[in-house]
Amino acid sequence: MNDSAALYAVAGVILFGMGIYALVAYPHLLRKILGMNVMGIGVFAVFVALAYRGPDQPPDPVPHALVITGIVVAVCATGLGLTLATRLKALTGVAQLTPDQED
Amino acid sequence: MPDFYDDDARLTRPRIVALALSAALVALLSLIILTAPGDLERLNLVARERLTESGVANPVTAVLLNFRGYDTLLEVAVLLLAVIGIWSMARYARVWIKVPDTPVLAAFVRLVLPLMVLVSGYLLWLGADAPGGAFQGGAVLGGMGILWIAAAVWLPDFQFQRFARVMLVLGLIAFVGASTLLLALEGSFMEYPAGEAKNWILVIESAAMISIGMTLMMLFVGGIPRLNEGTV
Repeated sequence: MNDSAALYAVAGVILFGMGIYALVAYPHLLRKILGMNVMGIGVFAVFVALAYRGPDQPPDPVPHALVITGIVVAVCATGLGLTLATRLKALTGVAQLTPDQED
Repeated sequence: MPDFYDDDARLTRPRIVALALSAALVALLSLIILTAPGDLERLNLVARERLTESGVANPVTAVLLNFRGYDTLLEVAVLLLAVIGIWSMARYARVWIKVPDTPVLAAFVRLVLPLMVLVSGYLLWLGADAPGGAFQGGAVLGGMGILWIAAAVWLPDFQFQRFARVMLVLGLIAFVGASTLLLALEGSFMEYPAGEAKNWILVIESAAMISIGMTLMMLFVGGIPRLNEGTV
């Protein structure tokens, strides 16, 4: 892997880490859904970086095909997640996870 | 109300643990990616070598619709499942659409709608030898659908539902139908007859593009939209 591809790949991994932190650390579902999206974008960046073969050669098509289907699936997961969050808000009044009841 | 607030950004102990674990994960994954063994070329080479047999000249389309066609088939099913999931929670969109009090948007949409159909068809056709294809065309169609809803250029509710349902399942039906037909004709799943791959791919992709567009629109609107008769 050349330097610029490595930079992109590491940037993707950092995005993934930021996303997973937001997903775990914050109770609000909108933050979790956004965190999940940032994670997904990080994965796509890694895939695109891994597919890069330098300026003279065409990129590896297999990761590119995976990314393009992945983007659409990520949009679907976001839409479904947002609907679930809206439903939870309608039922409980809050769109976030509440601490477990301890009795 | 719960006794904590979401925009509370305090670094509590669980958050420090989560932060440390995320940072460790980033370090580990970076290390793995940067020191990955160099042999990532196998699939790349196979895909390029057999590109001439795939029926298209764009390797990404060849991977999507030919070499890994079953993958895309399952993905089209996932799109449908997402819409079914949303509809099972709320059939109708939460936001009522209102007729804009100016005719400009509706007139613009009537002008631009056929153009967007043309562009999506062009992107689909382009996908055979350049970047483009069902997903790109579907994204244009999805945007067109959102404009159409926003402009309140309307169909009666029952007609819209029937229309939407047909469009949502079209891609999956074409994909499953084509693979079943191929199983009967060729004896193997998703293997196109030699020399005719392009026609099969084009039929499947056109249907998939329409379904992808409708799915994206439905995801954005969040259910079947309803028209509020009053103006804004």
